[in-house]
Amino acid sequence: MAEGIIESGRFPGGVSLPAHTEESTKEPIAKAPVPDTVVLPLHQHIGAPATPLVATGEQVLRGQPIAQASAFISAWVHASTSGTVVAVENRPVAHPSGMTAPCIVIESDGEDEPYREFEPIENYAEAEPVVLHERVRDCGIVGLGGAAFPTSVKLNVPQQSVETLILNGAECEPYISCDDALMRERADSIVRGAEMMMHIVQTLHGIIAIEDNKPEAFEALRTAVDALGEARIDIVRVPSVYPEGGEKQLIQMLTDKEVPADGLPADIGCLMQNVATASAVDDAITLGQALISRVVTVTGGGVARPSNLEVRFGTLFSDLIELCGGYTEDISRLIMGGPMMGFALASDEVPVEKATDCILAAAAAEIETRYDEMPCIRCGECARVCPASLLPQQLYWYARAEDQERLQHYDLMDCIECGCCAYVCPSHIPLVQYYRHAKSEIWIAGQERIRADQSRERYQLRERRLERQEAGRADRLEHKARRLKEKGRDPIQEIMDRVEHRNDDSGDSS
Amino acid sequence: MIAALLSLTILASLLGLFLGAAARKYRVADNPLVDKVDALLPQTQCAQCGYPGCRPYARAIISGEADINRCPPGGATTIRALGDLLGRDVKPLDSTCGVETPPMVAVIDEGICIGCRLCIKACPVDVIIGAPKLMHTVVERECTGCELCVPVCPVDCIDMIDIETDISNWRWPAPSDYQQRTAHG
Repeated sequence: MAEGIIESGRFPGGVSLPAHTEESTKEPIAKAPVPDTVVLPLHQHIGAPATPLVATGEQVLRGQPIAQASAFISAWVHASTSGTVVAVENRPVAHPSGMTAPCIVIESDGEDEPYREFEPIENYAEAEPVVLHERVRDCGIVGLGGAAFPTSVKLNVPQQSVETLILNGAECEPYISCDDALMRERADSIVRGAEMMMHIVQTLHGIIAIEDNKPEAFEALRTAVDALGEARIDIVRVPSVYPEGGEKQLIQMLTDKEVPADGLPADIGCLMQNVATASAVDDAITLGQALISRVVTVTGGGVARPSNLEVRFGTLFSDLIELCGGYTEDISRLIMGGPMMGFALASDEVPVEKATDCILAAAAAEIETRYDEMPCIRCGECARVCPASLLPQQLYWYARAEDQERLQHYDLMDCIECGCCAYVCPSHIPLVQYYRHAKSEIWIAGQERIRADQSRERYQLRERRLERQEAGRADRLEHKARRLKEKGRDPIQEIMDRVEHRNDDSGDSS
Repeated sequence: MIAALLSLTILASLLGLFLGAAARKYRVADNPLVDKVDALLPQTQCAQCGYPGCRPYARAIISGEADINRCPPGGATTIRALGDLLGRDVKPLDSTCGVETPPMVAVIDEGICIGCRLCIKACPVDVIIGAPKLMHTVVERECTGCELCVPVCPVDCIDMIDIETDISNWRWPAPSDYQQRTAHG
């Protein structure tokens, strides 16, 4: 094992923020009790929603697949406890819209009986990489750093394209400490998960990157790597700069190489996974356990006892707040995620899902007092802190003008919505809100364009069909007229004769 | 002198022949601008502009016969895009053509449908399925919301309904009407 310390930031921009993680890391991770009812959304990941495999009334076991991946980019969903499916219906979910989405609701039978179809794989190193890869897919593992991209899709890289597997333990956003807690307590599982993923993509080099404000986690991982005698994995301490946990930012920090704007980390020989994802991979392979729980940070001045909890998916946020001693009088806003990238929730009656890393019950003093938006003074601070080297000011003007073409030309789609620009803006312009709005408008316009193209095609096909039918009929008529003329008789007279003849016949028979 | 005249004449006629042949072989049926205009139209094929479809309207715009503000489904966005493309003045939607409405889809009340096929004939994008005297239905996902099937139905069993906003087509609102709800800024 090698240890590294990177002293200074190598990615552009970024800001230094107070960590605010001491409150939630005082106590070790506590297990939240399994609730009486779990609500499992079908769409907990990036990509297509999963398709339900169970119907109301069916009995399911803990870890049993209840919804299957429906596309190449999609993920399986598993029952997080044993019991009876009581509904497959729309329920409120943690989403900025505050809307409902399809969920499978399971009433627990209290037995928590496990599903045993996934055999533990004792010696991963002797297993075929493809077997491990399939296990990762079948266990519904997605990136647990917050984006929830299906891990098996991410591991699906061309042969020999990955030189370095990087485990992301940066956890740079203030208040969030679930990865920190996990690294302290389950370092060996994380290291094993890293080894397994290195085996899957057949690489011989791994890096675990940890911000220098988490010395306990760093020590724990170093001990774990030493204990396993793992020489291929380096543990690297990186300076605490927000948004270091961004995939492209951390890669740039570690390798000094930039992931191309429309490319993937694999283009520069890297593959990044979150530390919690690595631990989930270890559970799936060594225990044969599907992804049914995660560590969630419940914190902020608005909750009595901030802590890290291991939570079954489908547990309601309100239950966790209750477990942490309830809301304090200072509660001002409930946020899913951290203060920089999270979004406010309209209700706490929404379930924990794979992407839920933090529930921030923010006190009024913790979130910025709302200032009125003032005119941009073109100070350029936003461009200085942008970790993606974009021009936030230009993007702001174009977003206001709703000029989608220029926004795309100025690479709005490369914005990671980290919020640094809005954080430093002296005019308090909610820049990220402008970008998020513009991005979704661009996305919808793209969808409409696709629909319009399909409609155009249908319209043209119909026009052609009508033309063809018209031309066919004209041909037939002409042909008929010609044929009758060739016979040398008057066609109309001939038909009249025939009709008369038939009338005579029918007259005879009656 | 004669040699120069002769060679230039021969060269010119050869090139002329070549260009003539090329023009014939690679002839573009429509003005290429029609394609560009057609690409900006919403392809609802509703004929509210007074032409039988989006492409005929595109042709009429290019020939100077029609103005750019006759497309209600496209609304202000389309008028602006057309103005940008063609360098024409952007004006408000011509109210004689209709008003800009949110996107809708047609739904057939299958209990009332008598299977007359009139709506199938009227549909400009062939998204109504059915057979004579059998129930018809609209493929909602492909319906452009042109409303052409509504007036032809003899039993008035077709309704236009709004496309619901759900989590899959929800969009982040603009900051101005969003003052109360976000985490930062």
